[in-house]
Amino acid sequence: MSMQQTLPLPGVAPERTGGYRTDHLLVADMVRPGSRVLDVGCGDGELLQLLESRGIDGRGIELSREGVNGCVAKGLAVVQGDADTDLVNYPDDAFDYVILSQTLQATRQPKVVLENLLRIGQRAIVSFPNFGFWKMRLQLLIGGHMPRTENLPASWYDTSNIHFCTIKDFVQLCEEINVKMERAVALDLYGRPVPLNLPWWVWNMFGEQGVFLLSRGGKAK
Amino acid sequence: MSNVRPIPSPQTQSDDRAHEADHPSSLVAKFGMDQPLKLDCGIDLAPFQIAYQTYGELNADRSNAILICHALTGDQHVNNTHPVTGKPGWWDTMVGAGKPIDPEKYFIICSNVIGGCMGSTGPASLNPATGKVWGLDFPIITIPDMVRAQAMLIDRLGIATLFCVVGGSMGGMQVLQWTAAYPERVFSTLAIACSTRHSAQNIAFHELGRQAVMADPDWRGGRYVDEDTHPHRGLAVARMAAHITYLSDAALHRKFGRRMQDRELPTFSFDADFQVESYLRYQGSSFVERFDANSYLYLTRAMDYFDIAADHNGVLAKAFAGIKTRFCVVSFTSDWLFPTSESRALVHALNASSARVSFAEIETDRGHDAFLLDVPEFLEISRAFLQAAGKARGLKDGGQS
Repeated sequence: MSMQQTLPLPGVAPERTGGYRTDHLLVADMVRPGSRVLDVGCGDGELLQLLESRGIDGRGIELSREGVNGCVAKGLAVVQGDADTDLVNYPDDAFDYVILSQTLQATRQPKVVLENLLRIGQRAIVSFPNFGFWKMRLQLLIGGHMPRTENLPASWYDTSNIHFCTIKDFVQLCEEINVKMERAVALDLYGRPVPLNLPWWVWNMFGEQGVFLLSRGGKAK
Repeated sequence: MSNVRPIPSPQTQSDDRAHEADHPSSLVAKFGMDQPLKLDCGIDLAPFQIAYQTYGELNADRSNAILICHALTGDQHVNNTHPVTGKPGWWDTMVGAGKPIDPEKYFIICSNVIGGCMGSTGPASLNPATGKVWGLDFPIITIPDMVRAQAMLIDRLGIATLFCVVGGSMGGMQVLQWTAAYPERVFSTLAIACSTRHSAQNIAFHELGRQAVMADPDWRGGRYVDEDTHPHRGLAVARMAAHITYLSDAALHRKFGRRMQDRELPTFSFDADFQVESYLRYQGSSFVERFDANSYLYLTRAMDYFDIAADHNGVLAKAFAGIKTRFCVVSFTSDWLFPTSESRALVHALNASSARVSFAEIETDRGHDAFLLDVPEFLEISRAFLQAAGKARGLKDGGQS
């Protein structure tokens, strides 16, 4: 599992605004100023730097040693760790937000990870590549092989992404474990939001990735 | 077997070193009968003294002080020529002009630990009650005792809060003890290649070293100074065994392999045929010139007793509950004395306490000693951490405020 991948994945250069990646700005805009944030799979720490520049108290977990050491060398509070095994060490309500960007599909137990995110944080921000993206569908339907895209270039036998899902699948999981979706945004290949006023099936078809702001559901589990 | 050479005796039987124990070539803070050091063993140690060195200037806010805690066989001479060996300071990769801990930016303090032999009160010091060297009459000391003594020194220097407490190995244990005992007095910490408790394997190695010292007939039940002997062979063996634990299989292989020392064929004897043997003998014999055997017993014992969680009902996270201190924890891949798993356990506890912690594991084949060596990635991380902490502390350029 590689947590070094941050959205969008390598292959397509993400669009930038004022030096920051559009998708990072989108995530950062979901975070209230002055809050405490844990970025799980924080990669090179670019998002954490953006958050800290806004006065947000950010912490990170990153699997790759290069990623961690790069972050620590930037003065960020980042530790080496694994989303599947290390989230259990964090106490309940330790953070206002827990961010999991482009990592859910690489975890062994996405459901458990998601539950942990919302145990540790009041809210979670989750992004993942959408396997319902039209390019994916077309490759399986017409090509008859496992899909590969600019952002997900690995072959089936060497990919670290073991639990792919579509936006629709994810929405169903959220309902199943009583997670409330406060905001949902689909991004295109370049990390730009797909227009908001379109129905779900369009997002599931044309969103290359989904970004969700989640909170705990009202009902008891 | 005529050409067996035992470990050579030291060139000079450490008169210089013995002198340093009471009259150190450094600053000294003396504490009288009215200011005893309250030891964990229940004894009030008084009078006592702390030998220390400082580098750089304390700023007007008194906010730029860094305390360096030395390792088992280190001392206060972190960045100056050593008064006994004549060698450079023991941490010249980390401390000095342009280095991560720069005297131009910070006021740097390093004190000899209590129980040491370079000027702070320890078994090599004179016992004022008897007029003789303390020897084994010196009370058993612990890591918390060392830190308590350092806190008294910091009080004496008029510093309320340390900007950073830094140390590796036994020094790292003191760093962690500082945060557990005086969290409000420590703004940030750099804890390197250390652990919150000494492992069974490490206690075992220490016991091996102590038994080597005590098995030397010249140890004389610890009264070797009175009897004008010195257990240099036992202490050298202890150092040789310990030194192996500071390195790694890969580092030994890279440095020495199976190469012969000044010969091409084996001598079919127990002489030091291999370079690695010769190196270890040198390490052993040079160590005894600068270190007191009893002090070695006391300091290894202090490390053995160290277990922060035990002082907090066995729950490590409780030791750091609500702590505001910024932590940077560093481990090295090839360190098998204080392996990464120990640092990870510490980081988990700090996470559970919601502490602000950075943790990096540095890839190197140089073993435990890597923290003393020129390992660029490690030094760069230390520099960046201090700069970021300095910014949060309001120090200009991570230094003078």
